[in-house]
Amino acid sequence: MLTKLKVSLMLIMTAVFVAACGLGGAEVVSSQPSGAMATPAAQMPDMKMPAEQQMSSETANANEVVIQNFLFQPSTLTVKAGTKVTWINRDDEPHTATDTESRFGSKALDTGDRFTTEFTKPGTYTYYCALHPKMTGKIIVE
Amino acid sequence: MPDETNNNQIERRSFLKCMAWAGTGVVWVMSGGVLSSCQLVTGAKRKGSFSFVQISDSHIGFNKDPNHDVTKTLTEAVNKINALEDQPSFLIHTGDITHLATPEQFDTASQVLKTAKASQIYYTPGEHDVFSDDGGLYRERFGGGTQGQGWQSFDYDGVHFIGLINVLNLKQGSGTGLGGSGFGQLGGEQLAWLEKDVKGLSSSTPIVVFAHIPLWTIYPEWGWGTDDSAQALSYLKRFGSVSVLNGHVHQVMQKVEGNVRFHTALSTAFPQPAPGTAPAPGPIKDVPAERLRSLLGLTDVSYVQNKNSLALVDSTLV
Repeated sequence: MLTKLKVSLMLIMTAVFVAACGLGGAEVVSSQPSGAMATPAAQMPDMKMPAEQQMSSETANANEVVIQNFLFQPSTLTVKAGTKVTWINRDDEPHTATDTESRFGSKALDTGDRFTTEFTKPGTYTYYCALHPKMTGKIIVE
Repeated sequence: MPDETNNNQIERRSFLKCMAWAGTGVVWVMSGGVLSSCQLVTGAKRKGSFSFVQISDSHIGFNKDPNHDVTKTLTEAVNKINALEDQPSFLIHTGDITHLATPEQFDTASQVLKTAKASQIYYTPGEHDVFSDDGGLYRERFGGGTQGQGWQSFDYDGVHFIGLINVLNLKQGSGTGLGGSGFGQLGGEQLAWLEKDVKGLSSSTPIVVFAHIPLWTIYPEWGWGTDDSAQALSYLKRFGSVSVLNGHVHQVMQKVEGNVRFHTALSTAFPQPAPGTAPAPGPIKDVPAERLRSLLGLTDVSYVQNKNSLALVDSTLV
């Protein structure tokens, strides 16, 4: 019986990452997690920050999650209630940040896209990428 | 190193030898569940009662390295099919038609695929086609004549075709501590439908299953597998010839298990790394422009009625 056959296409690839930043990556900004309580519709999440600060490295700033190489980094982020958290996609593949309990969810983030949401209620929010569900992360709100 | 006195290993060695030709025109002939021969057939006329072509992973909307014009490479694939001497009876697209499931991307894909001479194209979605709206837009465009959330079956010249969907309601991987594999999944409703769908069929009916994510576990670390595929395959166990055609991995991979043969197709958009050879899946970016088309392609499938077997030819765009 044949066991697992892995057949390589004889291609050696080097993952050279040249993130095409600064070319007007769309800002994706969402309203806060809806949770059990309906949030007032008055909250206008339209806060465009046109390419203000370009990310030059892969490391995440405070309250940021960088998506790179199919990983959320940091995979667990602890923040105070009321904090806005931003995800930035540095991969050439689109990704999402989707709460496992549907309290928040980004649309597809293409290369350079960001998604920001505010965490008002303390708790643990586990999320994943709806396109690559292997990818998971956690926001702990204190 | 393989032990040449061991039959399995010899099969595996010849299998790998054949694989070296993948992408340049190889025919795979299987009979009785065993991969029995392989040969180059570029330019040869097919022998069989009918044939169809599988295309996959066109990712319309993708515009980065290594392919900034995926509409063009899909068009080339369709032109190549249109130029076949023996026209296929129909086409099957095994998903990731679009990159981001936008109406414009679906439109572009439709426009290109409309130029195919084949009168019928059967579709099954990839996760890129359905992730943003649970497949609503996909079904609106491509779901005609399907059941449930878009699955389907049809018969052609004595062969029973089953189009399954394993990219809806994807669950998170185990990293959250909540369990889960991050694999594709078919779901209870579809499995119940499948069981019923094949119930009345004679066991000698050749079965062709197509779905996006492989129905065998290729590489769990990258989520390349389907959670409940074993259940689906258990309904197909009694059939003498089952062929499973998948996409998703953007490279040719094959496996034979009992009477079931699994096959994954090339993408028409970009190649992906072999399992474990890169930090993550995703496009192989540093492909020289002149090599790209040798890594993209389609699969031509002929059904040979009296032998009850399918011959698969993977060919590239060059």
